[in-house]
Amino acid sequence: MKRRSPHTIREATWLRDGLWPWLCAACVALSLLMLAALLTLLVTRGLSHFWPATLEEVTLGSGDIIIGQSVREAPLPQNAGLERLYFTGNREITGANWRWVSVDDITQQSTPNDLIRLERTPWGDFIGRLIAVESEGQQLTGQEAWDHVKNALTMPPSQRANSELLLATADGQTLRQPVSGISHFQAPNAMSWGQKTYVWGQNVWRFLSQGPRAANTGGGVWPAIFGTVLMVILMSVMVTPFGVLAAIYLNEIAHQNRLTRLVRIGVRNLAGVPSIVYGVFGLGVFVYGIGGSIDTWFFSDELPSPTFGTGGLLWASLTLALLTLPVVIVATEEGLARIPDAQREGAVALGATRLEMLTRVVLPMATPAMLTGVILAVARAAGEVAPLMLVGVAKLAPQVPLDGEFPYLHLERKFMHLGYHLFDTAFHGEDVQAAIPLVYATALLLVLIVLALNLTAIFLRHHLRRQRGNEC
Amino acid sequence: MLASPMSAQASQAPVTAFVPEQCCLSIQQFNLAYAGKMALRNLTLDVPRHRVTAFIGPSGCGKSTLLRAINRLHDLNETVTHGGHIQLEGQDIHSSQMNVTELRRRVGMVFQTPNPFPMSIYENVAFGLRLQRRLPKRKRDDIIEWALTSAALWDEVKDRLHRSAWQLSGGQQQRLVIARTLAVQPDVLLLDEPASALDPISTLKIEELIRNLKSQLTLVLVTHNMQQAARVSDYTAFLQHGELVEYGPTDQVFTNPQLQRTENYITGRMT
Repeated sequence: MKRRSPHTIREATWLRDGLWPWLCAACVALSLLMLAALLTLLVTRGLSHFWPATLEEVTLGSGDIIIGQSVREAPLPQNAGLERLYFTGNREITGANWRWVSVDDITQQSTPNDLIRLERTPWGDFIGRLIAVESEGQQLTGQEAWDHVKNALTMPPSQRANSELLLATADGQTLRQPVSGISHFQAPNAMSWGQKTYVWGQNVWRFLSQGPRAANTGGGVWPAIFGTVLMVILMSVMVTPFGVLAAIYLNEIAHQNRLTRLVRIGVRNLAGVPSIVYGVFGLGVFVYGIGGSIDTWFFSDELPSPTFGTGGLLWASLTLALLTLPVVIVATEEGLARIPDAQREGAVALGATRLEMLTRVVLPMATPAMLTGVILAVARAAGEVAPLMLVGVAKLAPQVPLDGEFPYLHLERKFMHLGYHLFDTAFHGEDVQAAIPLVYATALLLVLIVLALNLTAIFLRHHLRRQRGNEC
Repeated sequence: MLASPMSAQASQAPVTAFVPEQCCLSIQQFNLAYAGKMALRNLTLDVPRHRVTAFIGPSGCGKSTLLRAINRLHDLNETVTHGGHIQLEGQDIHSSQMNVTELRRRVGMVFQTPNPFPMSIYENVAFGLRLQRRLPKRKRDDIIEWALTSAALWDEVKDRLHRSAWQLSGGQQQRLVIARTLAVQPDVLLLDEPASALDPISTLKIEELIRNLKSQLTLVLVTHNMQQAARVSDYTAFLQHGELVEYGPTDQVFTNPQLQRTENYITGRMT
């Protein structure tokens, strides 16, 4: 591609053309600004969730004492001041994880170092104080108790010593917590910045590597990441050869007449069909039609419980492959059309057959364009949620579709998807407040995954271009 | 087969009869039409072996069309119809015994704009070889060196054979394309305005190359540049409106043309 050198023109037009260049520039600036705002929002809200937040001990006018993490403030109606939301945990005692407090009502506020935060199963977070640890009839207090808990947490839950923690809540109630039920233990107020950063990294890692808990409002998103990436890869593997062959036929083999033009228009318009329509098609044809037939032929002993006759990874990938097919065809066709006929004639004039010309000269030259098509397809497929709801995504599928059990890749399994997980966390969770930061974190992750998939393809394309000079 | 009355008429136009000593390519009453529109009318001429023959004529006179017909490149275009015969060493190129890929190996073609393939210099030259048969690497390397040397490019590229061919200059690219064609050892080399996209120095190199190559094979050159035709060719054919107007030794055509039309064109009195 030749680059224009607009220097000579530019100097004159900036002055002469009045406002319109500024208008264009403003549009670009606005787009960039919105993009930056989106990313900033996702990054700050999403990543700050994992930061070990300071715990506050607050005394209210009524004499109540609460301990919790201050989440946000909102104005009260009729200018009655501000109210502040605290995450207090201890769901089994207070009945809720959250408490709104009027800021004016706070008489005393402090951040003592001995406040702790536990993550446990069941019941989620505990916030309060550690009084003692009971281990084999002994009662440990102070530093000994802390060390004991830290030691215990380095082991997997089943191997931990049979000890119990004695805990105290803000209002003085005590409760016992077996050490085997604790997944995380921290005293954020006593931590240095370095320790906090370390814990933050740990939390991010747990988010990425663990399965979801508590109806998707806690825990990690690993099955969803895996499902998304695997589905997109399967989709690319299906759509690329199919789309490329179709484009080759349209551009290189078919006679260019009214019919080919009609087919081309049809293909381009398919790209505009709403994705949910593809979902309906996938459900009707792939799931019930093909999947149902496969079940009656090969898995009849398991009926009426369906094997392939229900949504699954295979049908979801196929549906998305169909959805992104026009993108690949159009991009490849444009790439093929850009190759000068001189290249084709050069190959043919050396005695190459049409197949040899295609495979040795035309296709290598069109590879960057094909990759562009795949990039666009991946970007579109990774973000699609609507059709997946019909053809195989699940709210919770902790078993990833790839494991050590024959046949290793389980195409019939339902899978989790980040986009759907986002939707489910945001709207179907019981604990809305807890879901909010997870929604941001999941959204950020989805953006990053699409970005990573795209960058891989872009890097590949760049590499191919560099390999054969710098054109095409 | 096209044998329209128009082409019959055209043949009555006074064409200088000329029969070279050793005929390599023989074109006999050849007609060609694009979607029914005549592009070549009843052409008859013999191209001598191991000589450079130039086709000259105004734009659209059919000289490139004729060149492409010799390579059967028109096979790619379904709208093209043709009649008459083209014989390569006595064998009709359109006959059923003639394998088109074999024909194209024997008749190489170099185009107006350099069209190296998107691969390394080495692979470009090896392209035609790989299409035919498996060669031991040493043999292939030898042929590639020979081809690049014949195309006067070896010294410039021998240190970067595995770099992209697209990094070469336009003139080098064109010589690479010639080397690529030479590597399959053709009998005839067709050159379609090979220097028109090049700078004067590259043009001179290509012309020198053409003169040197005629000891090895038969060359047919299409050119717009009258001086070039005069400099490098042994015989010149002047075409106009798809007809052969005059054909003879270059000296004679340029200094003493038999027909007024030829003289007008050569002296630039014709648009």
